[in-house]
Amino acid sequence: MRTIKEINEKIKKGEVVVVTAEEVIELARRKGIKKAAQEIDIVTTGTFGPMCSSGAFFNIGHSKPRIKLGGGACKLNDVPAYTGLAAVDIYLGATALPDDDPRNKVYPGEFKYGGAHVIQELVAGQDVRLEASGYGTDCYPRKKLETLINLKDLNEAVLFNIRNCYQNYNVAVNLTEKIIYTYMGTLKPNLGNANYCSAGQLSPLLKDPFYRTIGIGTKIFLGGGIGYVAWQGTQHNPGVPRTDNGIPRYPSGTLSVIGDLKLMSSQWLVGTSLLGYGASLVVGIGVPIPILDEETLKYAALSDEEIYTQIVDYGESYPQCTPGSLGEVNYAQLKSGKITVAGKQVPTGGFSSYSKALEIAEELKSWIKKGDFLLTEPVAYLPGVDSGYKCRPLTERPIV
Amino acid sequence: MTSKRIVLHFPHRMVDQPIVYKLVKDFDLKFNILKAYVTPKEEGLMVLELSGKKENFAKGVEYLESSGVRIQPLSQDVIRDESKCTHCGACVPICPTSALILDQRTRKVEFHNNKCIACELCVKVCPTRAMEVRF
Repeated sequence: MRTIKEINEKIKKGEVVVVTAEEVIELARRKGIKKAAQEIDIVTTGTFGPMCSSGAFFNIGHSKPRIKLGGGACKLNDVPAYTGLAAVDIYLGATALPDDDPRNKVYPGEFKYGGAHVIQELVAGQDVRLEASGYGTDCYPRKKLETLINLKDLNEAVLFNIRNCYQNYNVAVNLTEKIIYTYMGTLKPNLGNANYCSAGQLSPLLKDPFYRTIGIGTKIFLGGGIGYVAWQGTQHNPGVPRTDNGIPRYPSGTLSVIGDLKLMSSQWLVGTSLLGYGASLVVGIGVPIPILDEETLKYAALSDEEIYTQIVDYGESYPQCTPGSLGEVNYAQLKSGKITVAGKQVPTGGFSSYSKALEIAEELKSWIKKGDFLLTEPVAYLPGVDSGYKCRPLTERPIV
Repeated sequence: MTSKRIVLHFPHRMVDQPIVYKLVKDFDLKFNILKAYVTPKEEGLMVLELSGKKENFAKGVEYLESSGVRIQPLSQDVIRDESKCTHCGACVPICPTSALILDQRTRKVEFHNNKCIACELCVKVCPTRAMEVRF
């Protein structure tokens, strides 16, 4: 029907037709798949949820005299950064915590400040305290460095998230008799609540379930700036059971993403504190889906009613890695505020902001309409359903 | 009938006095204590739902104020920082009085502070720490 090249020509001429992944649902219902596919060039998706496998690389520039942080230690606002790189390259992970944070020794830990918060402050333009030490070499003699740094002065600042954008995710409940604190939020005992974490019908990989358009090299909205899909994310698991319409019924595909942190905004990279669990970074991601044919439109137009996921007990099953689902629900049921689990009405809570995801899809739509954002062809595709690629558990072996 | 959720601040000298007892005995007011403690500065703090006939309520409040108790509506003390809230909805099932609910149309979390009982459960559950209690 149309190629990405042709779509880009329409963007340049200001003739492109872009709708959000929410708007396309109604349009496809009203006009039918065929007509909607003829009329629409691009569908924009969005997601805004906590993504723990987030972090950023920094090159801080060489001090005078020089110091080699590689093999040494480095802290940003007391949060340790990884130094196992060259002299002044460091990596700060979202979940890193200051050494003196009590963690869960005072249960449940509050995790008020971690790597994610440092990243948000840097992006907001705030100065951050860097304290580092090296062992000293002939070419890098200095052993201590204490300075304020600011994002604008760094040579490079690159957000690199090894896993984001989960294609579908569990609904978490708690079957035990005590309250638990998880990465899916606080779960009250005896099925007190059910927490979910997906933008559902707006979520990028749920609108391109077979990765026909989203691949390595796809240009995306990342944290308010421009980013790219760098690779399949860790734990990418395309081979899980799917519904007849192609939607994975379990957590499935993932994306690894990269982008220039200097162009991002603290509005779309938000440090969060998950009670009893840890620090994490909420990352705004929007992916454009080019409507190449009727099939891409058909998948992009799937709605919350058609996207199902599993209810999992985080009191016992999840931590013990015991497979088993307590049932299947769709996102329309989850968003209604109540679901039924084991005959009991259970209130639902979100962990991924639908309203912010929609803002991202709208923002990306406006960038494309203004001609500021052209689409890219994937340079390689993500491992697909038949690739045999899967997420495996750890097989432990004794060390002899 | 009048019913309000209020925060009472007792000065140090009044911490050991039976203030609430007088509200019941002298002014025929009903109360439901939502929270009560003595701060490190030895100021008493009590959050309660107070209800009764309109004229009795007014007299009760007059008595409290004349005794040196500072009164303010609870809604002034529980605040959502709108710049921090991402409307994720993590607080919604945790709130015991449905003061935090998800608007089905806008998909945004609405905070109805008239329903809030200042239990503070939302404060630590909120991933961005957008909820603040400022007694």
